Order: sequence, then C-alpha cells, then structure tokens
Amino acid sequence: MRVALFITCFNDTLFPETGRATVEVLERMGLEVDFPFEQTCCGQMHFNTGYQREAIPLVRRFVRVFKDYEAVVAPSGSCVGMVRELYQMAAGLANDEQLLHEVEELSTRVFELSEFLVKKLRVTDVGAYYPHRVTYHPTCHSLRMLKVGDAPLELLRAVRGIDFVELPEARECCGFGGTFAIKNADTSIAMLGDKLRHVLETEAEVCTAGDNSCLMHIGGGLKRQRAGVATVHLAQILASTEER
Amino acid sequence: MTPKTRASDAFSEGKTPHFEESARESLADTQLRRNLGKATQSIRRRRSSAVAEMPDWEELREAGYALKKRVMRHLDEYLLRLEESVTRAGGHVHWARDGEEANRIIAGIAKSHDAREVVKVKSIASDETKLNEHLEREGIRAFETDLAELIIQLADETSSHILVPAIHKNRSEIRELFLRELAVEELSDDPPDLTNVARLYLREKFLKAKVGFSGANFAVAETGTVCVVESEGNGRMCTTLPPVLVTLMGIEKIIPTWRDYEVFMQLLPRSSTAERMNPYTTFWSGVSEGDGPEEFHLVLMDNGRTDVLADEIGRQTLNCIRCSACLNVCPVYERTGGHAYNSVYPGPIGAILTPQLVGIGRPGSDTLPYASTLCGACYEVCPVKINIPEVLIHLRGKVVRHKQDKEGFKGRLDPENVAMQAMAKTFSNPKLYENAQKAARVGQWPLSRSGAIHRLPGRLAGWTDARDLKPIPEQSFREWWRSNRDGRNS
Repeated sequence: MRVALFITCFNDTLFPETGRATVEVLERMGLEVDFPFEQTCCGQMHFNTGYQREAIPLVRRFVRVFKDYEAVVAPSGSCVGMVRELYQMAAGLANDEQLLHEVEELSTRVFELSEFLVKKLRVTDVGAYYPHRVTYHPTCHSLRMLKVGDAPLELLRAVRGIDFVELPEARECCGFGGTFAIKNADTSIAMLGDKLRHVLETEAEVCTAGDNSCLMHIGGGLKRQRAGVATVHLAQILASTEER
Repeated sequence: MTPKTRASDAFSEGKTPHFEESARESLADTQLRRNLGKATQSIRRRRSSAVAEMPDWEELREAGYALKKRVMRHLDEYLLRLEESVTRAGGHVHWARDGEEANRIIAGIAKSHDAREVVKVKSIASDETKLNEHLEREGIRAFETDLAELIIQLADETSSHILVPAIHKNRSEIRELFLRELAVEELSDDPPDLTNVARLYLREKFLKAKVGFSGANFAVAETGTVCVVESEGNGRMCTTLPPVLVTLMGIEKIIPTWRDYEVFMQLLPRSSTAERMNPYTTFWSGVSEGDGPEEFHLVLMDNGRTDVLADEIGRQTLNCIRCSACLNVCPVYERTGGHAYNSVYPGPIGAILTPQLVGIGRPGSDTLPYASTLCGACYEVCPVKINIPEVLIHLRGKVVRHKQDKEGFKGRLDPENVAMQAMAKTFSNPKLYENAQKAARVGQWPLSRSGAIHRLPGRLAGWTDARDLKPIPEQSFREWWRSNRDGRNS
C-alpha cells in the first residue's frame, strides 16, 4: 500500500523527529510512504479560532493534495480530527457542494497513526524496543473526536522493555486547546497544573501522547519545573529499536 | 471569600467583563477552587455510575435528541397546540416577545391580586429577565424558595450553577450567612440543621403568599401539562399552596405528548443529580376545583430563542433540558466556577446559549465561545446530544466575522486578525510557508536560551508565564525529506 504522510505544519516546523519516526514505522510495516510537498496546514488553528473564511482555501488545498491517495496518515489526532469532523462544516460554510462531496469521500481515508496501525493494518507489535518508564496521556481529539480507544495503549504494551504505567485521571484535558492556551492562559495553566501532578504521581521518565501540541504544553510545564520528565511522541517510541 | 455580587451580566444592560478577566479572579480564590473541585468531581463520579446502570442509555439519548429535534422543526404548531390545551384546562396563556414583556405580564398579574409578596421557585428564565428586580421596582417582594436559590438571594449574589446555584459555597459559609440573615441565635453547620432553619423561614412565606411563581422543565403540547422537576418539595408547595400560580417558560421547553416524559424522566435525573428517579416531580394541567391554585397563568417567552432557532447549527442549543451534566464534567467550569461566565447560564451550555440569546457583537459574551479547550467532555455526557464543541466553533466563526465585517478598521487592525491573515497567506503557498519557517528559525535567536524559550513578547507571554517553549529546530521535516529522500517524489 502506498500511503501519504500528512506531516502537519506543527510537526514539520517544530517536531521533525516525529515525522522521521512516523516514516520509519510505516516503512517497517512494508508500506511505501509519499510526502507530497504541496501540503502546508490543514487550517485547524484558523477554523477553531473563528477565522473560518481564511481556512477554506487551506481545506481546498488539503483535498487537492491528498485526494488521490489510498490512505493518508498523520502523527496528530487533532489535525486528523479537523479533517474528519470539521471539513464538512467548512465546506458548508463555503457553500460548495462539490467540495463537500470531496471532503466526505476523502475523510474516510485519513487516519491518525495509532488507529491506522491498530485498526487499519491490524498490527499492535511494530517491533519496538524502549527501555523506559512511560505514561500515556490520551489527547481529547484522539479520544473523543476520533475515538481511537485503546489503540495507542495496545501499541505501547507491545513495546519490548517498556515499563508502562497508567496515568491517573488520564481522560482529563491537559488545558492546551490551541489558541485557548494563550487567550485563556490562566485557566489553561490551572488545568495543566493538575495534569502535571498526575504525570509526576506515575514516577514515569517519559510522558507520551499522539499529539505534539498537547505534549508541547505538558512538556513546557514539566521543563519549567525542572521535573525530570521528558515528553516524547508515540511515533518516536514505536520507531525505537535495540539498534537505535 | 470575596463576595460574588455582580451588578451586570450578559442579560443586563451595559458592559460585562471578558471571561478571561473574570476567570483570573475566580482561579485565585482557593476556597472556591476547593468547593467546586470537590462538588463537581463527586457528582461526575455518581452520574457516571447512574448512567452505567442503563443498558439502553445511548438509545435514550438518541430518543431525547430526536424528540427535541422534531419539536424545534414544528415549534410553531406545538406552541399553538399547547396554548389550546392549557386554555381548555382552564389556564391562561400569555405570549412575551422578550424579558421586559414577560416581566410586565407577571407583575401585572401579581398587582391585579394586590400581592406584595410572591414565592418563587425554579426559574432561570426569570434570572434572564431580571424578574426579581422588576417586581421590586413595582413594590412586590419575590422570595426564592429553592434552598440553594434562597442562599444566593440572602447573600445578594448570583447563581453559579444551573442546578446547584450555590455550588461555590460550603456549609460553614452557609451557616454564617443564615446566622447573619435569618436572625437565628445558634446554629451548627450540619446540613439537617441548616435545612431546618430554612424550612421554618420558608413555611411562613408559603402560607402567606397569594401568588406563587415557577419556571417549567417541560410542557406537553397534547395535554397542556406543565412539569417542574425538583428535589426538595418546596417547588410542590410553591405551585400548590398560593391561590394564583404564574409559570414562566421559554418557548423551547415544549414536548409533543405525555408519553414523551418516559424519555426525559429517565434522562434528566440521572444526568443532573445522578438519581434513578427524581424526588419531587410536579405535573399540572390548568386548574382543578378544590385542588391547588384557582388561577393559572402560563407565560411563553421568546427572548432571543427564535433567533437561535433560525441558525441551522446553533439551533440544537435549544434541545437543552438544563441538566448541568456539561457543567459538572467541564474542566474549565470545574476551575473557574460559574461566575466567570457573567451569565445566568454558565458552563459549556452557557457558553453557547448566552451569546446566541443576547446576540453576537457584545464584547463580554463574545468571549464565552472561547472559554473552552474543545475537549468534548460536554458532548459526551449531554443527554440530548447537543454537539457543544461544534456550536462553540460555529459561534467563534460568527464572532470573528462580526469583528471583521461590522467593526471596520478597529476589527481588521486587531493584532490577532492581522496575525491570522498573515498566516493564512503564508499557508496558501508552500514556498511562502517554507520561507516563513526559515525566517522564524532565524528570528527566534534573541529569545532562545540554552535550548528553551523562557519568555515571549506581547500576548504570547501568556504561554511562557508558566511554560517553556521549544525552539524551532535546525532542520524542518521537509528539509530532511528533501536531503534524504529527494528524487523520489518531491
């Protein structure tokens, strides 16, 4: 199967290592990975902040770039959530029947990495080795928009050498919320405080998730506290082996 | 604890504060944080187990959603049917375009009976219209009889929760309030003792009042049966003891047939108080001789609801049965409390209902759709499946479009708008986008210290107040792909 990597602008710019890890895992599964250079941003930040007319050209671009692929995979629950759950609303706002049709057709083929591996490829053991104590934060959009369920946990439990520990009150939002983290910084930080407390309770050395945006928020808080806990995207754990 | 009196909310004239300003104050109130955290976490756990007992919960939600959807689609017909059936049962129906008209009608009825005191229960709609203040100006005193609402009234505060209006207060605070306001000499902070003092105070009011006033949870179009759902029995007394009863109801509270209660009487108690069955559910159809009030008035109020109905995405907001499950699970509400919303409807439902009822373009209530991380916990628990995140996003769009289209230069020169336009332009072209990545990498050097950014300028400082920021790395993903995989498909 030939899949397209939808890297997301956030990972492309800030977390290239997550993109490299995603490519590695997908290739290890025997897939051929394409990276269409014409991709930029899915429009989530604009759309969710209310700049929706501005997001419509980005929706059109996404559809144009990815519509011919059998599967599109991204290491981000929230960007995939944007495509799957909100592109229809954007097409409605654009009053464009053709776009709506294309969006509906494409959105069934766009996957978040963990659900692609577990639900589409039916793989849980990707041959990873990661000898660290790890806890997992299920990001809200993976959990409630995409309903990835236990897919990330199944993948993590199959990693050799891992010391996996459940995060207390895991389903609670970390407080990131995109521009919420800046517009409502005080509330965002109050929510983060409780999330950090739960992460620290696990005594994990690594907190992982399927979204680098939430992880940047959690990691930024941990780093400020000199907590000695790293944040690492799930793809990077899955890409790790004995060799590297 | 600082007093929570608010002179003005979204439903009053004049300016209301922005959510983020009020939230900052509430977040600093340690007693409030403790009271709210404890209360919402406990009710959240209880709701979750009450719902888990029901094997057909999802079907019930689906039924509740379908019924409400049908009501909204044929609201005009159902309203006329309700008017007819209430009138047939001996009640009087009044129509109110807005809060002011509703207040005038209600005060008029009280005055026609020379009532100087009104006992009142379970009506958030009357908080929307500021009925108590209106009656006061007409020389009529309204006594709240729901225990929590009585507490709020005695403290001269506003409600901070739809169902548990005094959720922000603990029992020792309530004890102090009763000692001060109800002229009792001695009182413990035991809930039974506190309730007893309130009971003695209220019984006298119930027996003396000529006019009782209530809100309504539902009204059946088919039979004209109005329903109040409560836990104390004070609502029962309010609606049965005084000879005249006036009920104020938003036009969206209608349900088609008596049988539809089957669905809502299962959905509501488990979602709101985590009870299998509601303790006091009062139904009445018009008047009955020798039983209950001799005169019944139903005031049907629009007050912005038909505007909500006209909005295809927003109209699902009117499905709300005021259970408060969304408040109890909301991570924002749990920390800021209800007062931060500056609205009689707080929490996630308030964040979508209030801006629609008062209209987009008001600075205070325009901040409410942003009082959410879009985590979706509210949608997950809503018994009538209101997709709150979807409506929040839809309203954010309306707020921004209003700013851009109606506020001229000021709206367009807003720094956020300028930044968003620039980014939209950048993302419209892969070349511009890649150049911007490079420019940002170079531009960040004065901010970056030993592998982290500790301080950002301007509004972005909100991030670095408590969080470090990772600097942009040397090589973007696409640059890596180009140098390692190029020739394949770039």
